[in-house]
Amino acid sequence: MAVAGLLEKVRNGLAKTRSAMVARITTAISGDALDEEAADEIEEILIQADVGVDAAVEIVDRLRERLRRAESGAEQIFVSLRKELCQIAGGGVPFDPGAELTGKPHVVLVVGVNGVGKTTTIGKLARLYRDSGRSVLLAACDTFRAAAVPQLEIWAERAGANIVRAQQGADPAAVAFDAVSAALSRDTDVVLVDTAGRLHTKVNLMEELKKVRRSLGKQCQGAPHETLLVLDATTGQNALSQARQFHLATEVTGLVLTKLDGTAKGGIAFALRRELGIPIKLIGVGEGEDDLQPFDGETFVEALLER
Amino acid sequence: MFDRLTERLDDVFRKLRGQGRITERNIDESLREIRRALLEADVNFQVARSFLHAVRDKATGREVLRSLTPGQQMVKIVHDELVSLLGRQMEPVKLADHPPTVILLVGLQGCGKTTFAGKLALDFKKRGRPPFLVAADVYRPAADEQLRTLGGSIEVPVFGLAETGEDADPVEICRRGVEAARKSNRSVVILDTAGRLSIDDEMMDELVEIRALMHPHEILFVADSMLGQDAVETASRFYERLAFTGSVLTKMDGDARGGAALSIREVTGQPVKFICTGEGLEALETFHPDRIASRILGMGDVVSLVEKAEQVFDGEKAEKMEAKLRQEAFSFDDFREQLQAIKKMGPLDQLMGMIPGAGKTLKGVQLDDNAFVQVEAIINSMTAKERVQPQILNGSRRQRIARGSGTTVQDVNRLVKQFQSMQKMVKQMSRMKPGRMKMSMPFA
Repeated sequence: MAVAGLLEKVRNGLAKTRSAMVARITTAISGDALDEEAADEIEEILIQADVGVDAAVEIVDRLRERLRRAESGAEQIFVSLRKELCQIAGGGVPFDPGAELTGKPHVVLVVGVNGVGKTTTIGKLARLYRDSGRSVLLAACDTFRAAAVPQLEIWAERAGANIVRAQQGADPAAVAFDAVSAALSRDTDVVLVDTAGRLHTKVNLMEELKKVRRSLGKQCQGAPHETLLVLDATTGQNALSQARQFHLATEVTGLVLTKLDGTAKGGIAFALRRELGIPIKLIGVGEGEDDLQPFDGETFVEALLER
Repeated sequence: MFDRLTERLDDVFRKLRGQGRITERNIDESLREIRRALLEADVNFQVARSFLHAVRDKATGREVLRSLTPGQQMVKIVHDELVSLLGRQMEPVKLADHPPTVILLVGLQGCGKTTFAGKLALDFKKRGRPPFLVAADVYRPAADEQLRTLGGSIEVPVFGLAETGEDADPVEICRRGVEAARKSNRSVVILDTAGRLSIDDEMMDELVEIRALMHPHEILFVADSMLGQDAVETASRFYERLAFTGSVLTKMDGDARGGAALSIREVTGQPVKFICTGEGLEALETFHPDRIASRILGMGDVVSLVEKAEQVFDGEKAEKMEAKLRQEAFSFDDFREQLQAIKKMGPLDQLMGMIPGAGKTLKGVQLDDNAFVQVEAIINSMTAKERVQPQILNGSRRQRIARGSGTTVQDVNRLVKQFQSMQKMVKQMSRMKPGRMKMSMPFA
């Protein structure tokens, strides 16, 4: 995908964030130097974007440090802030559905708390893989929530993917096992495993997730090859707790930040990246089928701070 | 819930204790800590600021009592301010003079509207007001089906696309749904709408239209308790367009510190009416600002616990139980019955969270609901006679029970021992106080 087009998408998604933040930062650094007042203002703006107290304080501290050594000025402050944010958000290999896949089938486990958009993300992800010519099988392992399976079925149909499902209340690990077996016998490229939303504090439900994970690996060495944790961008500091717990249980390899098309600023991405080091791989910027975008730190910051 | 916030404030107050009086300096220090705690709890920046101003004024002003330590003073001031921010008293759902009462649910995607609709319907049903569910989400795949499944599980009729035909829009579904509810004499209609962004004008217009047409008696804004700083923005936008009459906080059974509750209340002035505390449809509580404030400050929430117990231990059964206890005829059958009742009250860790002081001492202890499963399995493996006369449990009987329940003889022994000491305890209790014993918890 062309970078310009992608930037446009993210920009649209973050439009609200941008205008408000830029205006405030510009006002804050109207003077030439980064004085106490301006520093406090930037810290406040970052906290209000859900960056979190610790990350915000650290960013501002590093900004001070950076500016001590360089020429100061409104323009310079802005450039430095962008650099700081990029440094935190960047890194990691951007998600590419066309890239060579590890494992056949390549198994992607999708986890997260209730209502963050796991099923929708899977639907869109299926579409991305299908568009790059991959055969896709969806494993409907959310056997708990009412109508979770029919919801996934509709997405499967839209994306042209197969689906393996069971009765409501069935053991999700068994469904996972069946799905990988089916993918093996059908020579499918990608298996996307949808799981029931669960709060990260529920020990027994996290154990269930571990079991799903183990059963994926039984039929296919190395599976799951990717474990994506889906986080809602409107979530505040609790996202950190979620990410920590899910990471402990399932070894998360990437984050998906959804609902960035709303008023939420998604600043939690910085806190997450800073504290856990898990790369953000995808962002959801709308309800349309193609509104799941590979995450790119610089583009994200660019869109956030663009003037 | 609110555990971490409580801990942080505790730390602040511990620092304050041991100092003779509240000075400018220690106020500043404690306020900084409180500010940090509030922000980490996702209380909105501005809301936190005004809260801190109020606390500072109260702390330095004449409301300071000489008889208290600075720590106690700060606890009291912070508690009072929290309560006033949360809205002083519990506000019930407004019911229509002429049924059906129409309740419209609105909110962002994934905040838990549909599940809450099911919970609210069950709650009304329990209170003898026949509910009616209307599925007005035509956008999310299978949303209609989700509500239908939930409605089916609690035997509440659901009205949706199947009744109107596939082409109906949400406004049409709501209109005909309320009509159908009226015809079938249901007393409450719950309109479940699609999740939407507050900046999606077209979708917001749809809600405005539904509101204008249906004149709902209550519009409830359903919000995820994990919401961050944006809670204020989203809540005020929904409020501007719809003037909702109350809010609902969902997913309160996680470890979110729930600062959004304070924020939403503060910026809209509308009360929080319910909190959702679990995935089961019975996991719904009315919101009591004073109790939550107490919970924030680590004072526990005994009232909620007692109410929960009263819901599941019905009066008649409790009286029978009481009689049995007095006759010293308490058996394993009764024990099992009580276990089942406690299980219905909700996950153990939540129950513990309501007990004063338990939050702190039990930190890190995982209460496993599966522990009950084992106990139940053991009891289930006993014969009817063994349950009534546990004294006949000899070695070979115990071995059989262990095999039958997939446990070990040690497990069986332990349970029998616990049961015996419990029997002793309840005997003593019933002798001490032969009055009403509504809730007899079988273990301490």
